[in-house]
Amino acid sequence: MAAPKKGRRPAGAQGRPGRTLVLFLIAMVALAGGMFASGHKTPRLGIDLAGGTSITLKAKAEPGQEKAINKANMDTAVSIMNRRVNGLGVSEAEVQTQGDRNIIVNIPKGTNSEQARQQVGTTAKLYFRPVLTVAAGTPTKPAPSTTPSPSASKGADKNGDKNKPSSTPSANPSSKSTPQGRALTDGLKADGKPSPKTTPPGTPKPGSTPGTTPPTPSGNDAAAVAKLQKDFESLDCSTKESRAKAAFGSKATDTIAACSQTGDAKYILGPAEIEGTDVKKAKAVIDQQRGMWIVQMDFTGKGSKKFQSITGKLSKQQSPQNQFAIALDGQVVSAPSVSQTLSGSAEISGSFNQRSATDLANVLSYGALPLSFEEQSVTTVTAALGADQLHAGLIAGAIGLALVIIYLVLYYRGLALVAIMSLVVSAILTYVIMALLGPAIGFALNLPAVCGAIVAIGITADSFIVYFERIRDEIREGRTLRPAVERAWPRARRTIMVSDFVSFLAAAVLFIVTVGKVQGFAFTLGLTTLLDVVVVFLFTKPVMTLLARKKFFANGHSWSGLDPQRLGAKPPLRRSRRTPAAPTDPKEA
Amino acid sequence: MSRLGHLGARLYRGEVGYDFVGKRKIWYGISILITITAIVGLAVRGLTMGIEFEGGAVFTTPKTSATVAQAEDVAQRASGHDAIVQKLGNKGLRIQISGIDTNKSDAIKTELSKELKVPAEDINADLVGPSWGDQIANKAWTGLIVFMILVVIYLAIAFEWRMALAALVALIHDITITVGVYALVGFEVTPGTVIGLLTILGYSLYDTVVVFDGLKEGQRGLTKQTRFTYSEMANKSLNGTLVRSINTTVVALLPVAGLLFIGGGVLGAGMLNDISLSLFVGLAAGAYSSIFIATPLVADLKERDPQMKALKKRVLAKRAAAVAKGETDEPQDAEPQDEAEAETAGAVVGQRRQPSRNNRGKRR
Repeated sequence: MAAPKKGRRPAGAQGRPGRTLVLFLIAMVALAGGMFASGHKTPRLGIDLAGGTSITLKAKAEPGQEKAINKANMDTAVSIMNRRVNGLGVSEAEVQTQGDRNIIVNIPKGTNSEQARQQVGTTAKLYFRPVLTVAAGTPTKPAPSTTPSPSASKGADKNGDKNKPSSTPSANPSSKSTPQGRALTDGLKADGKPSPKTTPPGTPKPGSTPGTTPPTPSGNDAAAVAKLQKDFESLDCSTKESRAKAAFGSKATDTIAACSQTGDAKYILGPAEIEGTDVKKAKAVIDQQRGMWIVQMDFTGKGSKKFQSITGKLSKQQSPQNQFAIALDGQVVSAPSVSQTLSGSAEISGSFNQRSATDLANVLSYGALPLSFEEQSVTTVTAALGADQLHAGLIAGAIGLALVIIYLVLYYRGLALVAIMSLVVSAILTYVIMALLGPAIGFALNLPAVCGAIVAIGITADSFIVYFERIRDEIREGRTLRPAVERAWPRARRTIMVSDFVSFLAAAVLFIVTVGKVQGFAFTLGLTTLLDVVVVFLFTKPVMTLLARKKFFANGHSWSGLDPQRLGAKPPLRRSRRTPAAPTDPKEA
Repeated sequence: MSRLGHLGARLYRGEVGYDFVGKRKIWYGISILITITAIVGLAVRGLTMGIEFEGGAVFTTPKTSATVAQAEDVAQRASGHDAIVQKLGNKGLRIQISGIDTNKSDAIKTELSKELKVPAEDINADLVGPSWGDQIANKAWTGLIVFMILVVIYLAIAFEWRMALAALVALIHDITITVGVYALVGFEVTPGTVIGLLTILGYSLYDTVVVFDGLKEGQRGLTKQTRFTYSEMANKSLNGTLVRSINTTVVALLPVAGLLFIGGGVLGAGMLNDISLSLFVGLAAGAYSSIFIATPLVADLKERDPQMKALKKRVLAKRAAAVAKGETDEPQDAEPQDEAEAETAGAVVGQRRQPSRNNRGKRR
């Protein structure tokens, strides 16, 4: 060993590497263990690698309501869309917001993507419709007594035939315990007056005068009415799909036969009296006095007038015609009964729990969303192409890694060992974290993300190069390896931090402002940049310190990559000494 | 390799070197020329925008016996628009139809599958509405501008405003060149290209930052000596970090080359190819600019600083005095006096280290 010229490094700095390294490796093993324990051994694959359909929608605000595109509204839209897509029997479809105004719908391979596209492509419609008839959610033989005449109001002349024949009745009437469901037990009353004595929900008000009420059928609608009646009778609400189809796409002015969302009741509903946009806001709250969940809603100015008039009419009706149905996409979410004329703000009470109250409030708020959605891109990838792309990505990664390793070995020789170990550690960490992020935050590895990971090989290796070159500079100054490794570190560390920070900044900005594929790329790049810092600090540096104690490196073996002679180190400043006796073989390679 | 290592040592000590800063006018000229070419190319030829920016559909079939002409015919009949058909590496077809509505695509897909005798579920479809590309492009611009502002602020704090400015110029330079290459060669611009372009942001700066870091170190205590002007110091530290810059660039380019090879050669076209192509061009431009443009620019700006002006005066005065005394110690151009400089080299290095050593003492 050469003269330890500047041996004033605090010994402590070199005493810790072993511990750091062990702790780091334990953390790594723990992470990997977590991965195996969680059962997610591979990263979740994106649509472009696994196959499937991916739809990107862009929110458009109604004119004059540009502020409507905000996080709360987008989240509501996502939850409604989720309900629609998954309600269609499309399993595992995934709906998420992306950026500030996009919604991505990913539909895995093997589900009916066309139908799903239709579902998410059309705007959800929320209407308040008066209930004309109620029955259990299965095909009925005799019509309930109250029925006879579905609406004859303004829309009646063009209604009936708009209703497509509903799905084939299924032979097994599902005998649900509560045929009339939650919807019917909901009561509606004026907000702020929680008078417990109001009519029990669903019960006709004793004093109401049935005579003034039901719409009278006009002659020319008879056929339409009969048809609707038939539809209603055969309507089967037992499956998700049939429920969704029952009144899907119906117009506001139609009289429709519809299912309740839970499938336990079906209704004939009159033309819409109030639109979703008439609702200003809705929220689920606990009524302190009664200790139960209720949904409060406020109407807009126009909405309150309509609401006042409809509740005025309905409150005089017999059950079930004193109810109105809140129908989203033709499915009845709730059908509270009305016992008095109500104005601008109202509350719906009934047998809600937190979840159902929140659901209803969401539906009501969504109806108030002044948003519509536009299809931006639709990508369908077959499983075969997805697999091909994944393969290609992996091969490209392998080639890239191999090239980098070859270059490092040729140039840095023994030092390359440190670099390769660090790269491998980085790769393992990246893989494990990606696998864990799948279930944790819904991270899905897509092609750009694979690209990002490959590009990151370069970034990670660059950090080692910065450090190695620093060490070599120190050796050229005539230092021996141990002090060189320690002296080079603070400077290399600063360079690495600054440049990694810039990389990370780029990735973060990209991630925040961009959408779609760019985001996946930015995410991986940011992740790997962070991991790069972690690995260099907690792995590469300690390993370097440990290796500096090994003879092979410390003596500057010609294959160590640290041979002072090859590096052209000046002879140590004390002119008496020559460079350490490395196996002299200077001509080699 | 050992030769290279040796060269590294000689570069490090300043025994050999290229006068990047001194010859900066040449490189500025070259860069301006390239930039003008790029801008003219962009103005005259424009960018070839991919389907993602125009709106339309791309269908990819698996291996099929149908010919390109056949597919073109079918696609045009089915859509009523022009179709571009390419044969892919795996014998599949890539059929690109611009200007169609997203909701017409299912019909076209069915038609294609019937005529080309490929099951519909085996056809990949990529449908893009006309405003999608605009949205991506808008976001990319926003990202670009936000990033530039943030990074200039950061570099101004971490280094100084002159370096931040030079880095920004280098960055714009890289992006202009990359975009220019796209315009001139006529590569198609896709979201993948945009991703690549945006990644250059971080990456081109990585190189620049590594070089600036060396520069910052070199300028410590610079005004306390009279041997070098700022430009000379800048050139020296640039040469000192040259090996590092080359290595980091090569190592960054290698994986991208792997991507390009696989993406372009094996898959034929697609995201991998698009990202890696723009990255490759951008990275190469980035390496060039951080050495030939960014550092000389910093030197130029620095020489305008009164302190540095004074330093230059002192240095020149000292040299003049030395010449008058008949001494041979006149370090001006790096090349002619490699030998002459050799003996002073040790002293030079010592000087550069001195301040940082003090610094270390303080830190510990």
